Amino acid sequence: MRGEFPALHQSVYEDTPLVYLDNAATTQKPQVVLDRMARYYAHENSNVHRGVHKLSQDATDAFEEARQSVADLINAPSSDQVIFTRGCTESLNLVAQTFARPQLGPDDTVVVTHMEHHSNIVPWQMACEATGATLKVWPIHDDGTLDMEAGRQLLAEETFLLAMGHVSNALGTIHPVASIIDTAHAHGVPVVIDGAQSMAHLPVDVQALDADFYAFSGHKMFGPTGIGVLYGKYDLLDGLPPYHGGGDMIDEVSFDGTTYADLPHRLEAGTPHIAGVIGLGAAARFVRELDHEAVHAHEEDVLQYAHEQLAAIDGLRLVGTAPEKTSVCSFVFDDIHPYDAGTILDRLGLAVRTGHHCTQPLMERLDLPGTIRASFALYNTRQDVDRLVEGLDRVQTMFG
Amino acid sequence: MADASSTIDERARAIVDDFSLFDDWIGRYEYLIEIGKKLPPMDDALKTDATRIHGCQSKVWIHTARDRDRMTMQGDSDAMITKGLAGLLIRVLDDQPPEAVREADLSFIDDIGMREHLSSTRNNGLHSMIEQIRTRAARLAESAEPASDSAVSSSNA
Ligand SMILES: Cc1ncc(COP(=O)(O)O)c(C=O)c1O
Repeated sequence: MRGEFPALHQSVYEDTPLVYLDNAATTQKPQVVLDRMARYYAHENSNVHRGVHKLSQDATDAFEEARQSVADLINAPSSDQVIFTRGCTESLNLVAQTFARPQLGPDDTVVVTHMEHHSNIVPWQMACEATGATLKVWPIHDDGTLDMEAGRQLLAEETFLLAMGHVSNALGTIHPVASIIDTAHAHGVPVVIDGAQSMAHLPVDVQALDADFYAFSGHKMFGPTGIGVLYGKYDLLDGLPPYHGGGDMIDEVSFDGTTYADLPHRLEAGTPHIAGVIGLGAAARFVRELDHEAVHAHEEDVLQYAHEQLAAIDGLRLVGTAPEKTSVCSFVFDDIHPYDAGTILDRLGLAVRTGHHCTQPLMERLDLPGTIRASFALYNTRQDVDRLVEGLDRVQTMFG
Repeated sequence: MADASSTIDERARAIVDDFSLFDDWIGRYEYLIEIGKKLPPMDDALKTDATRIHGCQSKVWIHTARDRDRMTMQGDSDAMITKGLAGLLIRVLDDQPPEAVREADLSFIDDIGMREHLSSTRNNGLHSMIEQIRTRAARLAESAEPASDSAVSSSNA
């Protein structure tokens, strides 16, 4: 598996072999994705949906095939329900601006959890500010799980919409989204799921979840940057007004008025990130073809091992100890600043993330300036954890 | 405190000499941390929004004030590496004429193997610290008035 990811095989700072533990920020790309994108630029490059010529036909076919691959991966009923965006952030903004904002009023409430990524907070804040609606926060427990009782109460009140992550990027908590969506629907509340952190780790079936919208980024699931997806239920997507105006999204344009194209093109103005879409299609097939049981067992083993090894370190505290987690270990030292630890780990070839992880409200709730976060992917091993533990030992020697 | 009779360049050269005693990065980092630890303590009253340097993962404060024709500096950070970086700047720039601080050549940071901290995208604040110090030095150089970076800090200075 590691052999398929060229970026893993390099040294940093002259001759220190890299250990990449920042997968929640972005994953590395397998050779099949790189090759597919290179092939597009080398042999198929041309604009899509427009040309009558052979190259444009080929590029359009590859582009729409990629849409089908993504639809297959998440079990969307139709590829028309897969909208390409620049990333998870744009997908969430799209829903906030075209679904929420036109319907929200001063008496309405949007609910987000206390552990959302800023990308799943700020778009809702903006929609609420523009309409006078209220943003309410679903509280959490100290271990990084949701306060279910409080959530049920919020959903039972007059709530217009619930927006929540499937998996927390800062703590790794896997939320029970299927049952939460059930409860929300019982109260007539539609649910937007931020799936940025789930795609590389969990099988996602949008129909089984009954999610109304599901957003994610290509680059966190072994695909390229600059491309993401918004899935939505057909009727909901079909009811959305256009988001951006321009080429590709129209049916007919005249100065007396313009009519718009059907889904999915209506929500995809302008020349899309064609290479990105085609690369994402390759990533979707890569993920779909994985032996999911084996990958899950391996990731679970590395996570458990990391938990044990880290918990045994004096002066280190794990942050986020929910029973259901993906491959994220966030932790702090009693008396070492995360930034100091991260700087030394970096010099030792260990790529971790330090800071607030774009979850400032969560950090404030946990009363932390930030954490050190090691996030694993399917190619990480117990040896990587050993290197991390060695590195932390060095950190403690230097700052102890 | 720094010796007021030495120039910025002389002090920078002394630091480069000190760092050249270490042949690996671990030694250099340990020495940087030592420099931070040796910084004279900064009065908590000076740690205000006006003295806070933004753009870092850790908290950093640099307080500057005028002492006759010189600019004096104090600094602190809650992270030790950042405090060491602040300490480097203070060792070199404290108690120097603001005109000299404004124009100072700080390439010694490169020469002591800390180049990776210089990039403006590193989030460690070194870049912001330097920018802020230079801005304040320029302001002091241009005004004859006794000046400080804020009303709060000058009344406490
Ligand atoms: C949970 C979560 N939501 C949203 C995002 C935003 O993704 P992107 O920056 O790719 O749009 C991220 C990425 O950091 C994330 O981890």
